[in-house]
Amino acid sequence: MSVMDRDPLSHERLDRDQISTWEDAGGRFTVGTALEIDGLIEAGIEQADVFMAATSGDNTNLVIAQIAQRRFEVPRVVVRVADPARASWYSQQGLQTICPTQVAIDQAEQVVLSVAS
Amino acid sequence: MYVIVAGAGKVGWNLARELISKDVEVTLIESNHERFRVVEEELEHAAAHGDASELWVLERAGIQRADLVVAVTGDDEDNILICQVAREKYGVQRIVARVNNPRNLPTFKLLGIQPAVSATDLILRLIEHEVPEYGLVHLLALEEEHLEIIEFEVDPTAEATGKRISDLDLPDGSLVISIIRGNAGFVPKVDTVIEQGDTVMLILDPGLESEVTMQFAPSGAAA
Repeated sequence: MSVMDRDPLSHERLDRDQISTWEDAGGRFTVGTALEIDGLIEAGIEQADVFMAATSGDNTNLVIAQIAQRRFEVPRVVVRVADPARASWYSQQGLQTICPTQVAIDQAEQVVLSVAS
Repeated sequence: MYVIVAGAGKVGWNLARELISKDVEVTLIESNHERFRVVEEELEHAAAHGDASELWVLERAGIQRADLVVAVTGDDEDNILICQVAREKYGVQRIVARVNNPRNLPTFKLLGIQPAVSATDLILRLIEHEVPEYGLVHLLALEEEHLEIIEFEVDPTAEATGKRISDLDLPDGSLVISIIRGNAGFVPKVDTVIEQGDTVMLILDPGLESEVTMQFAPSGAAA
């Protein structure tokens, strides 16, 4: 498991409430922005079986996921996309997208419907 | 022609202004509300507020009938995405993207976002034009066509100096297309003699630069 984040302090979050440190547990951590190809290579993208793009930026995620897919040929690529419209279109294009907004909408709908019935 | 410009920074705003003055129909999309208000005062209905990477914003701007989409925001990922969606989802025939960080240029190419324009690269070309190494200047790379146009200032001691075009030892796949002598340029004939101080322009297959350079660089210089 290798994590990349542009904020070095994010590393602390990985250690919090854990018995061992992130590295002792076998994790890797690389500081960098994901559009930097060198950073992705340093983080080990060439050996990755799965790549997940889950930054706070939809467009960033969609672009780096396509880099992972087309340039590094990572077998399984997962993208977080907050905007349901973009998530839906890109999933039609063959990207595996996860849309937290859509999940929340679906759950809320279930709750509302169960109350209504 | 209908053009959508995404991003009303200095580039986007001035581009929209130029196009409008040429009677082109333009919509300029800007996500920052304050900036939008400033731009709207001048461009009125040609300015639109919203995030141009959101599909409904593009649709509201009428992307289905756009002939050209120009993405010139300050964010390379946004520019890539806007162009990708414009072409692949809405079938826009022509796109132009701005590259803010030249390091991202390979990503634009990887995803087929062409042409991608980088101001840093353009300025670098101008610098190379002013301070050329061995007098070779890359004028234009026609990447789709796999051709390049380059320019040399002919060195007095070069192989080519004093030779006729037909006697030049140029590799197959290269051709002299023009000579600039004094302040005038002309298209040479086979018997045109190359003089020192001439500037010659060649079109060639990429990869032939060093062979071609040997003809025009100072003799004995490493090509």
